[in-house]
Amino acid sequence: MMLFKLSLKNIKKSFKDYAIYFFTLILGVSIFYIFNAIDSQTAMLSVSESTHELMKLMTQMLSGVSVFVSFILGFLIIYASRFLIKRRKKEFGVYMTLGMSKGKISKILFFETLLIGVVSLIVGLGIGIALSQIMSIVVANMFEADMDKFTFVFSSAAMIKTILYFGIMYLMVMIFNTLSIGKCKLIDLLNGSKHSEKVKLKNPFICIAIFVIAVVMLGFAYYNVTLGVTNIAEFTDVIWQMLIGAFATFLIFWSLSGLLLKLCMSIKKVYYKNLNMFTLRQINSKINTTVFSMTVICLMLFLTICILSSALSLKNSMTANIKKLAPADFQVAKKYDLKPDEVVGDYIEAKIADSKISIEETYQNMNVDYDRYFQDAVSFYYYHSPNITLRSSLGSYIDEALKQFKYLRVDTEEDIVKISDYNRLAKLYGMPTYSLEENEYMVIADFNNMVELRDAGLKTQPTLTLNGKTYTLKYDTCQDGFVEMSSNHINSGVILVPDHAVHDNMRYRQFFVANYKANDIAAKKKMEQELLAYDYSKTTLSGSSKLMIYEASVGLGALVTFIGIYLGIIFLISSAAILALKELSESSDNREKYIALRKLGVDETMLNHALFHQIAIFFGLPLLLAIIHSIFGIQTADYILSTIGNEKLLSSIIMTAIFLGLIYGGYFLITYFCSKNIISEKE
Amino acid sequence: MEQILKIDNIEKYYGSKSNLTKALNGISFDVARGEFVAIMGASGSGKTTLLNCISTIDRVTSGHIYVASADITKLKGNALNRFRREELGFIFQDFNLLDTLTAYENIALALTVQGVKPTVIEERVHKISRKLNIKNVLQKYPYQMSGGQKQRVASARAIITNPKLVLADEPTGALDSKSARMLLENFDHLNKELQATILMVTHDAFTASYASRVIFIKDGKLFNEIHRGDDTRKEFFDKIIDVVTILGGDLNDVI
Repeated sequence: MMLFKLSLKNIKKSFKDYAIYFFTLILGVSIFYIFNAIDSQTAMLSVSESTHELMKLMTQMLSGVSVFVSFILGFLIIYASRFLIKRRKKEFGVYMTLGMSKGKISKILFFETLLIGVVSLIVGLGIGIALSQIMSIVVANMFEADMDKFTFVFSSAAMIKTILYFGIMYLMVMIFNTLSIGKCKLIDLLNGSKHSEKVKLKNPFICIAIFVIAVVMLGFAYYNVTLGVTNIAEFTDVIWQMLIGAFATFLIFWSLSGLLLKLCMSIKKVYYKNLNMFTLRQINSKINTTVFSMTVICLMLFLTICILSSALSLKNSMTANIKKLAPADFQVAKKYDLKPDEVVGDYIEAKIADSKISIEETYQNMNVDYDRYFQDAVSFYYYHSPNITLRSSLGSYIDEALKQFKYLRVDTEEDIVKISDYNRLAKLYGMPTYSLEENEYMVIADFNNMVELRDAGLKTQPTLTLNGKTYTLKYDTCQDGFVEMSSNHINSGVILVPDHAVHDNMRYRQFFVANYKANDIAAKKKMEQELLAYDYSKTTLSGSSKLMIYEASVGLGALVTFIGIYLGIIFLISSAAILALKELSESSDNREKYIALRKLGVDETMLNHALFHQIAIFFGLPLLLAIIHSIFGIQTADYILSTIGNEKLLSSIIMTAIFLGLIYGGYFLITYFCSKNIISEKE
Repeated sequence: MEQILKIDNIEKYYGSKSNLTKALNGISFDVARGEFVAIMGASGSGKTTLLNCISTIDRVTSGHIYVASADITKLKGNALNRFRREELGFIFQDFNLLDTLTAYENIALALTVQGVKPTVIEERVHKISRKLNIKNVLQKYPYQMSGGQKQRVASARAIITNPKLVLADEPTGALDSKSARMLLENFDHLNKELQATILMVTHDAFTASYASRVIFIKDGKLFNEIHRGDDTRKEFFDKIIDVVTILGGDLNDVI
């Protein structure tokens, strides 16, 4: 009991040291709970079947991510507690001189960890449960469920999971603590704080050389992921660039401290002003001793920025795209004139027969009351011709294109649509229509990367030869437009030709696009359910609808956003907490220095300025480099995700900045004020 | 002789009414320009409290302290800091050199916080280091220096601002006898050649024997005062020992 009291008093006494640690733990617990409780939050909401499926997927994804997150938090907790032990070596030394055994000291630490663990779990879960109520409103909003029947939701599964995961983490901490106490020698414990710091000044020329090498490496990696991105075929290539970047980051931090100091020393006006000398030396020694942590933190911040901004922009663009890209209620397609080897599954004969008739006829065969469901219907064909391929569309640019994009499949046949068909469709979609002369053709596309490629090809004015007639290009760029509805800009190119250019025997695929004969969403939903209930097994029809695209997309958007925010926040608090803990313990180690400075007659404001600059630079350097990394990283993420769409990147970057400002900035300010308290304490 | 420091009946009380400790109990004395004064007393006699009050680290309960005829007990906030950095020089027992700075920078720091121009700083640091014979350690860090070198760097930092008064708190406390002797020679040099006025607190008779005057304090009161006059250091040392014997208590820590 005595030991327990001692533990309790220790925590009370060193609350200032523990405050940030404690705060981070609570934050970690509550975030962990919130994201694992999404499952039960959403179960209460009335959402449609397909959305429900997506939520299941989301829950699975989130629990997978949670394992990863618990690893990060576990490392953070172990790191932080080792750190706090280091600060208390003297205290343990005193206990040992009084005859306390190492076992008992371990027991004190055990009680402390237990106490902190239990309290942080209780408080964190409390906050988590409260915040998850707000979260369910957000979720409902995202999935467009009605919130009429708001109920207080508590997820016991999430709570048990949180307790279990954090329990394991705390157990690990206890084991580590016991091990590190066991290794200590009394003399080191007592003299732990007396070691005067050895200043290793690096050779400035080596620093400059390393810095230049690091910058070149970074430039190389930056180039590869932006301008040279077209050579990247697989995701592992991106990983390689990231590894190069990570190593270069380490080198930059290694060389930066010496370089920065040398640079400032040579500007005497700056160096010999107020406490600048002191501040710079402090920063120098701080960066020198924390090169590795700085690198890790910088990389974590980089990932945070990229993940958050990409996730947010993905969500934004998804919602924005759908309105434009799924303008009609219903779309169905089937391949025309199937060959036996193209059919799989049952009813092969029936399917082949079905592929030779129009979609309207298929519906008649299925006894679908066509007039009851559809209005504004448009049906049309894709036409294919063996000599109209991407190769022919790129004209004389083809060699250059193949050089740039090694993996381009240039022998795929192009989709061709009659201009009159397209114009009828465009009217239904509410998009601009086009007119072509007798001997003209044009290309529509909206998938950015393909648009760029095709535009380069169109510049060379390739002609099109169909059935012995030659057609010239009307526009030398791709026009915006699409044929198939989707949630993103994925039309990689459709060729429009005058109606007489194609024959019926070139039919490749048949489309049917229409609106439902209904006015409100509920009625449309009902119709769609009725339509889906028919037996499609003897056809090869495949379709999509505005409602389906919408739900899938919103769900996917929510999934991506949640995981992005989850990881982003965890990364952010972990890196900020490490910096904060380092800085706080530095401040208490350096108290003596500030006392000496005060005796020399340095003003409080000057001292606070020096402290502020130190902390600001310590927090700012990794952030600055992370932002520079991100400028290139986001572009790469942008490229990778360009199939899904990445509009509104700016607004999501702003959102990310707000997130970053709140959490990272918050930690920075707390650190500054706590440090200020520490150094202004009287002896 | 011009008066640099005038202590006028100062008192410093600690604790509450029921349990009052009179650390300083009505002390008065003067220090003239160019003097080297040692204050001796046993632990608990109030000598460190006295130094803290003069250096404005602590406040007196009553009485006045005048430095160059300005009453420093009336100073507040940043005026106090300015007084400390412009009028006083400090030499601490544990040197208090900043371990991340080189010797040069440690000395220069006292000037940078006063806003002195970089070119002037360079010139003054080099001048003082030549006088104190520490030119060869200027680029070294504290952990690379010997105790005596550290002490000389600390002295240089204390006097580079041309303070009216240099305060030293047990300056030989952390030194071996050889370094202590070197430091005291150094103080003598500061005092005689550089005309620094030094007020030193010590409990060691050998250290005190380098001063031109020794003030003895016991239980917060002035106990005795002896001048060196034309005595040799040995004779002065014997006189100090005589007083210490009378003073009794635990002040018999002599070399």
